[in-house]
Amino acid sequence: MNATADVISDKKSSGLGKNPRGVMRLFLQNLRRDKLALFGVAILIFFILVGIFANVIAPYEPSERHYNAERQIRRLEGPSSEHWFGTTDVGRDIFSQVVLGTRTALLVGILAALLVTLVGSSVGIISGYFGGITDSILMRIVDFFYAIPFIPFVIVLSAVLNPSIWNIILAVSLLSWRTVARMVRSQVLSISKRPFIKAAKVSGAGDLRIMFKYILPNVIPIILLEMAFMVNWAIMAEASVAFLGFGDPDKQSWGQILHFSFVTGNSRNAWWWTAAPGVAIVLLLISIFFVARALEEVIDPRLRRR
Amino acid sequence: MLKYIARRIGIMLLMIVLISTMIFFLFRAIPGDPTAYVVDPSMPQEARELMLERYGLNDSKWKQYTIFIKDLMKLDFGDSFFYGRPVGQIIAERVPATLILMLSAMAVAYLIGVFGGAWMAWRRGTRMESVGITFALIFRSAPTFWVGLMAILVFATKFRWFPPQGMRTAGYTGETFKEVFLTLDFLKHLILPTIVSGLYFIATPLLTMRNSMLEVLSEDYIEMAHAKGLRENTILYRHAARNALLPVVTAGALFIGSAIGGQVLLEVVFSWPGLGREIVQAVTRHDYPLAQGAFIIISAIMMFMNLVADILYGILDPRISYE
Repeated sequence: MNATADVISDKKSSGLGKNPRGVMRLFLQNLRRDKLALFGVAILIFFILVGIFANVIAPYEPSERHYNAERQIRRLEGPSSEHWFGTTDVGRDIFSQVVLGTRTALLVGILAALLVTLVGSSVGIISGYFGGITDSILMRIVDFFYAIPFIPFVIVLSAVLNPSIWNIILAVSLLSWRTVARMVRSQVLSISKRPFIKAAKVSGAGDLRIMFKYILPNVIPIILLEMAFMVNWAIMAEASVAFLGFGDPDKQSWGQILHFSFVTGNSRNAWWWTAAPGVAIVLLLISIFFVARALEEVIDPRLRRR
Repeated sequence: MLKYIARRIGIMLLMIVLISTMIFFLFRAIPGDPTAYVVDPSMPQEARELMLERYGLNDSKWKQYTIFIKDLMKLDFGDSFFYGRPVGQIIAERVPATLILMLSAMAVAYLIGVFGGAWMAWRRGTRMESVGITFALIFRSAPTFWVGLMAILVFATKFRWFPPQGMRTAGYTGETFKEVFLTLDFLKHLILPTIVSGLYFIATPLLTMRNSMLEVLSEDYIEMAHAKGLRENTILYRHAARNALLPVVTAGALFIGSAIGGQVLLEVVFSWPGLGREIVQAVTRHDYPLAQGAFIIISAIMMFMNLVADILYGILDPRISYE
């Protein structure tokens, strides 16, 4: 019986009904034409490699103080062959800090995005599939979370909880699932009306089976896309929170480097200290953005270039 | 229409009460002794007791909550621990600075974004278009606070074109609204943060306008306008751009939430004495009444602007009816 439903579900016609493998193939085809997307993928792979091998790449311990030949602290020195990105006001190596910060940024970005999409798409699928009162209640909760200002809330929460990256991930996830839930729900609403879902129901498939076997594969492209945007969102949020001084004191992060350059008043003259972590953030975020945009073009054919 | 607005305001008030409740219990769920933050532990025991009593911190949580909600109805947020003055008073002083910065940045972003987006759609496929898109995306991906830091580094410290921080030159104390905001000195301080904030905002109107223009430009009536032999600029701005504006307004409404976040950080970077900087300082100082009040007011401003955008949308598009 369910085999019939399987056969029907394979004939997904609309642009959104592609299965993940098809999306991947189209995406790779797109890369050949879209230079920006190719650039994005290259930079992203570079950052992931730096993140994985951060300990090996970083030449010094990030909190180590460096001294020159006269046994004086190398305070606020510009970029040199020994310290590629210069030193801080207490003689620490900025290059090592930026390299280790990559790991934190990627960790927060990926974990928060996974958590957000997991919660968001579950709520979206349940809400869109069951409809009625379940949908109303869940969507009112989503409305409530939409009314909370994001950055102020993350600041308050990270101040109330202990400063650690886990709590930042929690704070970001607590608010961001709402966007994913809304997107997935609207997608599920249109999918649930298609004949193959009715066929599955008629053939006696249970709600859980329909939701995960027949609906989920159809919304995976949009979930992937939302996940890419959420990685960006989370990295930006972590950098902001750390910049304000509510970050994890034990983890090097780009926002924290900027925090120290700002509170010590050196952000105005030590350009290498301000520029390096910021350029890293911009490069990482923009590479993810270009990848997401290429993915979006695959998923939504209307956006493709003529 | 009036009925719709009344219902929306009703929902808004309910949301504010819910958010206030959440934030109230959030601050009181802190592990450890919260009074240690509020009242200096080195104080003599009697003085400590007196302080606790004065701020009502000895009462049960439930009693504190009911008092809090009752006061909220009267727009009374209590006294700030740090300033020792009513929170409402402090917030009222900060709101104008925040709104002026935010609205001028939005005005700049929307003005440039709408015209630029229309123009980019018109010049589709040219090099200028891809430069425009890339430029907008770079500034959207760059954290506002970092762009602010770099702008201060380059334009304030190096070239000395603009003052690096604050709203007025140090040492100046204005009393009335006119003295504080309606001067050349204030304008000078406003320019740099407005540009930085505007650059962050610009991607939304620019890209939405471009996409929506592309759709409009393929409509029959544009073809018709061409056939009539109208001038390009007339078609672009009179016929196409007006109809393409609608999605830009909607996107703007959704965008307000994240705009407020960027604003908080920018105020810190530029030492702009607004609500955003105040909430960061209040949280750092564990000044809960002030942090609570500022948070509630920020949420209220956000919801109010959303409402304005929705009403505006109804006025712009006669097809929308609020029944």
